[in-house]
Amino acid sequence: MSIALNVNGQTRNVTADPETPLLYVLRNDLQLKGARFGCGTGHCGTCTVIIDGKAVPSCDLPVSAASGKAITTLEGLATNGTLHPLQQAFLDEQAAQCGYCVSGIIMAAKALLDANPQADDAAIRAALNGNLCRCGTHHRILRAVRRAAATAGGAQ
Amino acid sequence: MSAAGKPAPRKLPGSLDTNRRLDRWLRINRNETITVYPGKVEYGQGILTAFTQIVAEELDVKLARIQVARTDTSYSPDEGTTAGSRSLQEGGEALRHASAEARQLLLDKAARQLGVSLEQLTVDDGLITARSGGSVSYWKLASDDLLAREASGDAAPKSPALHTIVGASAPRLDFPGKMTGAPSYIQDLDRPGMLHGRVVRPPSYGARLLELDEAGVRAMPGVRAVVRDGNFVGVVTDREDQAVRALNRLRRTTQWEEQATLPETLDPRFLLQEASKDEVVSEIRDDTAAAGAATRLQAEYTRPYIAHASLGPSCALARMDGNRYHIWTHSQGVYPLRKDLAALLDTSEENIVVEHHEGAGCYGHNGADDAALDAALLARAAPGNVVRVQWMRDDEFAWEPYGPAMVVRMDAQLDGSGNVVDWRHDVWSNGHTARTNWQSATRNSTLLAARHLAQPLPPPAPANPPLPAGGAQRNAIPLYVFPNQRITNHYIERAPLRVAALRSLGAHTNVFALESFLDELALVAGADPVEFRLRHLKDARARAVIEAAATLAGWRSREKGNGTRGRGIGFARYKSQAAYAAVIVEVEIAGDVRVCRAWSAIDAGLTVNPDGIINQTEGGIIQAASWTLKEQVRYEPERVLTRGWADYPILTFSEAPVIEVKVVNRPDEMTLGAAEAVQGPTAAAIGNAVCNAIGVRLRDMPFTRERVLAALA
Ligand code: FES
Ligand code: FES
Repeated sequence: MSIALNVNGQTRNVTADPETPLLYVLRNDLQLKGARFGCGTGHCGTCTVIIDGKAVPSCDLPVSAASGKAITTLEGLATNGTLHPLQQAFLDEQAAQCGYCVSGIIMAAKALLDANPQADDAAIRAALNGNLCRCGTHHRILRAVRRAAATAGGAQ
Repeated sequence: MSAAGKPAPRKLPGSLDTNRRLDRWLRINRNETITVYPGKVEYGQGILTAFTQIVAEELDVKLARIQVARTDTSYSPDEGTTAGSRSLQEGGEALRHASAEARQLLLDKAARQLGVSLEQLTVDDGLITARSGGSVSYWKLASDDLLAREASGDAAPKSPALHTIVGASAPRLDFPGKMTGAPSYIQDLDRPGMLHGRVVRPPSYGARLLELDEAGVRAMPGVRAVVRDGNFVGVVTDREDQAVRALNRLRRTTQWEEQATLPETLDPRFLLQEASKDEVVSEIRDDTAAAGAATRLQAEYTRPYIAHASLGPSCALARMDGNRYHIWTHSQGVYPLRKDLAALLDTSEENIVVEHHEGAGCYGHNGADDAALDAALLARAAPGNVVRVQWMRDDEFAWEPYGPAMVVRMDAQLDGSGNVVDWRHDVWSNGHTARTNWQSATRNSTLLAARHLAQPLPPPAPANPPLPAGGAQRNAIPLYVFPNQRITNHYIERAPLRVAALRSLGAHTNVFALESFLDELALVAGADPVEFRLRHLKDARARAVIEAAATLAGWRSREKGNGTRGRGIGFARYKSQAAYAAVIVEVEIAGDVRVCRAWSAIDAGLTVNPDGIINQTEGGIIQAASWTLKEQVRYEPERVLTRGWADYPILTFSEAPVIEVKVVNRPDEMTLGAAEAVQGPTAAAIGNAVCNAIGVRLRDMPFTRERVLAALA
């Protein structure tokens, strides 16, 4: 079945079983590898994308349910070669070890800061609780998101 | 002189000794870059960035000129496995000396070309200039034969006092791609026409396949092949979602017969009932000192099985053409894996190329190698096609080899002045390593699928590396100076659960036990924990990190907890021969134990990338806190029950501590790996902080709410 998706501001048509998890379509059909497979059950956040402004796991969402909605993946954050403030903050803070968790975390943080640019430490921690990091980079990641929040907050 | 009458080759630094040709390690390119060929691999620890710093430093070129080739058996040096925090000592030293020698060869050639003496020459970013005028660049001088020779070992690397790149924090090379969603991991590899495979694991270790509905699955959309070999079952499809659907159907319909092969209890003390081979690994006797014993203390500490639980489940790609294979893997050792695969696939090593691609952080030996065999077995069913195998999350939890359960018994005596005069430490554990290491004589394979084949190759018993590094006995021998000590390893051969190296091996539990017990003794002696440690320590570097951590944390002698908050310290020199680290944590107890702050001082010798060490230390503290507070693999006699993150909670963002790390740089000392140094000290610091806070001693990990309440009751 042909399904129209709006990904990073573009319309993309894919042929897939409507029950296929969005994650597999993004990664395999659209070659967008930023969202990653971690569990497939909504428990780890590595596959997080933003759909209509909300950060959601893409691993247990049927692709048909995402049709007609605005999907943003990590690949869609930079504009004209300029990194999104969150991406820049993650680089500035060197906020990763293996980095496998990071794309999902940046997306969760973006959804938070878009809704609440002044998010404080407690709000950031709460917003990231659905994202696991096995390398233990939490401390730096929190610093990076606070830095981006300060940049975004300051820009308001 | 060797038997053949030739002089034995000179011993060269690090892995240069076993891979002696310079062009195995480096290539100077005419396009004004330098390619580095490491045999050690990246798994999130930042090793490749550190390697580029070392090479840029020795060759006097900008960091941006250095490119890193991926590790591949068709050309990379054979450096065995990347493990045990040895990458800088082995690969880093090799690259340092190879680069120094390459620089020397380039300078010699330049001196000849320019007709000046060596003393006349300086190098700036690859441009060699003579003081008298005239210059020539590396890129002009480089010829194919320049590095086509064995290292002599004669070129001395730079004095650390001259370092400008080594010792300064360098940003990680891999982060720009990772922050923007570029394909970065083995899981992201894609090849045109690639097929997707899934393995249908048995429901439990001892299960036997009774009935498989092959025809039903073959009729499903996209199914190319169903593979069955004994108890090994897999499926190959066109699309990934089709593979998952076929897997789910096979899981529902396949009939297995299960057996109870696992321990009856989750309590690691079952190990005390197992047959063991006992070895005294250290003994010191001083009867005069022993005669002064006044107080005796004994305690028992345990750790359950712990999962590596990599965030990215294991993955591999394989293609078979005739008897030739190409394997893409996140294995920590491409050469050892190739050897095992050759035996299992019934071909020769020359017919297999094993190419490394980074995976998610692995923290030791997880399912990476197993997935490579899975992919090769499935690729046989689709000759000429690349087949990608992705383990599902539940497979990763249920089938990865765990960090072994351990029991440690401590027994010590204090004299009348509160000094330790007798110290005993007994460890019960399986071996901690199960690396692929094919021996045709024994025909055992550690690779998972090997035991499920119709002609099964059973796994060898997990082993321990010898001391001083050790496995189960790692860090059991204290660095403290005690007049009497006896350290005994009770090696248990039978391994009911699959186990293998987990970051720091036995050090996590041995240091937890040793450093907790030291606090128990300090309490009896009425001493401050920091002072009590220093009292028994001679090693100046050890004393320095303990003092530095205490200063960083603002430690006050005999500071008291307040009933909900408290602080504690832990220390170790990792592997008794690597980095020194002290950790202080502050905990808050409100039912659950929460680590709110941590301070650490670490001495890893000559520092290559300070921010890299800080990053690894922060990560080590958080991961060790997670192990110590929360983690335990659950099972019942028939099967492993831990199948997902819901069954295996780890530390979350809400629970993560704020951390400060101080790196103690020692420019005149050998660089030491730092990635595993704080696992044990953190566990002990948490136990000591809990006791400081609420006056009860927790000796069984994990420190769950139930355990805290039970201890308080
Ligand atoms: S992969 Fe989607 S939440 Fe884990
Ligand atoms: S950096 Fe490795 S999982 Fe977060």
